[in-house]
Amino acid sequence: MDEVNTPALETVGLQKSFGALTVANAVDFRLERGARHALIGPNGAGKTTFVELVTGALRPNAGQIRLDGADITHLPQASRVKRGLVRTFQITALFRRLSILENVTLAICERQGIGGGLFRPAGHHPAAIEEAYLLLERLGLEDEALRPVNMLAYGRQRLVEIAVSLALSPEVLLLDEPAAGVPSGESGTIIEVIERLPSDIALLIIEHDMDLVFRVAQRITVLVQGSVLAEGPPEEIARDPEVRRVYLGERGPA
Amino acid sequence: MRNSGAVGIFARRHHHHPLEALPWLAAVAAYFAFPSYLPLGAQILATILFALSADLVLGYAGIVTLGQAAFFGAGAYTAGLLAAHGWGEPVSGLLAGAVVAALIGLLSGIVILRTTGLTLLMLTLVVASMLYEAVNKASWLTGGDDGLQGMQVWPIFGWFRFDLFGRTAYCYCLIVLFLCWLAVRRMVHSPFGRSLVGIRENIRRMHAIGAPVARRRLVVYTISAALAGASGVLIAQTTGFVGLTFLGLDRSGSVLIMLIIGGVGRLYGAFIGVPLYMIAQDRFSEIDPVYWYFWIGLLMVVVVVFARGGVLGLFERFWRWTR
Repeated sequence: MDEVNTPALETVGLQKSFGALTVANAVDFRLERGARHALIGPNGAGKTTFVELVTGALRPNAGQIRLDGADITHLPQASRVKRGLVRTFQITALFRRLSILENVTLAICERQGIGGGLFRPAGHHPAAIEEAYLLLERLGLEDEALRPVNMLAYGRQRLVEIAVSLALSPEVLLLDEPAAGVPSGESGTIIEVIERLPSDIALLIIEHDMDLVFRVAQRITVLVQGSVLAEGPPEEIARDPEVRRVYLGERGPA
Repeated sequence: MRNSGAVGIFARRHHHHPLEALPWLAAVAAYFAFPSYLPLGAQILATILFALSADLVLGYAGIVTLGQAAFFGAGAYTAGLLAAHGWGEPVSGLLAGAVVAALIGLLSGIVILRTTGLTLLMLTLVVASMLYEAVNKASWLTGGDDGLQGMQVWPIFGWFRFDLFGRTAYCYCLIVLFLCWLAVRRMVHSPFGRSLVGIRENIRRMHAIGAPVARRRLVVYTISAALAGASGVLIAQTTGFVGLTFLGLDRSGSVLIMLIIGGVGRLYGAFIGVPLYMIAQDRFSEIDPVYWYFWIGLLMVVVVVFARGGVLGLFERFWRWTR
């Protein structure tokens, strides 16, 4: 297969219904290597469902999911993570009573395949702990490394959410509303972190915050009622009358 | 590479703290201080092992169970049957009981650990009830309601005879408990043990970081079953009796109560809750033979209302408050 043209992630005719409610309707989607791609759409458009389908938390009724050209439709969640398909959660899902350092170290242990080790103490894996600490330094979290996550401001928790996903060395990273619930004053830090992410990671951002979307994304897909309504570069999407009507309304970027 | 303060502190968490010697010093001191209570002491030590097994699944992995007695009883009946049919060697009996209990844990775990929460709780109860009835029904082998008769437990290593004063029993239970505690302590500080805490704290996140959650739960369930089995063996061998109460719901329930009194998910809750409960039980039943369970109940209410996190939780809060 042609290395250059194989997308990092691709879905073909992805279909999912809950009873009569169709939440993903023949979704064809391509995420190019190293892309900065945003998935937007009104509430209930099926954005988070799409993430759950792609990561394997939900099973599609039909269609195919390909990671790096390989069919992963029937792989369990853990195997997809091992292949570099990683997500963050819209509502922070961390080990709340554990320290930031431990949250990240747990992820690194799983990535390195030492997470099931029964006898050697975790403290005897200094490489894993040091890697976790370096990652915290990169995100400016090192001063709070030993604080439990539930003692942190929500904006900081969102950063930990990103730190844990980076600990898994993702090739494809799905950021599910990374700035959700963060006071507008703090969302700048998160946008900066996202902008600084290594360029070889293919990034899909599911987001409501249009500032973030238009600052980061080079390509936008609009999802409405489980179907792709439009796709293209940001300027094109911002001009699209159909998109403006159903979604952007008068809130479109100035 | 650099070794900053945070990394160092984090990497040293598994080092032994001087306070951890306390239960062992107390156990040795009790041997000399209360020579007439050694049979009770042996029971307490064996039950601490049982509570430790429950802490591993409930406190660390967050698996709520009311079926721990199934493994306790399976171990006890295995060693009991061996001792009643001509093989009274205690150490091999202990291993056999642990292995049989582990197998039952593994096989039932494969089926029931697909579920979580309340459904899982009911299923653990079902497994224990099924085993209870099976043992009851097979009275030709197990003695049914009357319990297993005729256990002959040999001296340990052919040398240390189980004496009337419970000296051998106490030391045997203490050594087995100590070895199991070492193993459990090592395990909870291993990456595996930390991943169990992760499963307890946020199972969705564990899936999302690519952890084989189902396998981890099955492994800890099996290990816990083995420890519970070993605990049952200790009680069977040191009392020379096994009966249906070994498998009863009462036993699964009371071990949780003891653990909650001590503190769940802290490794040492068992070492505090079990002696407290069993000594209180011994005292109360002497003072008030009919209604002693009422006082235990009252103690439980006080702990749950005023000391969330058990006695250890209280200590932790006090320690934080003084700093």
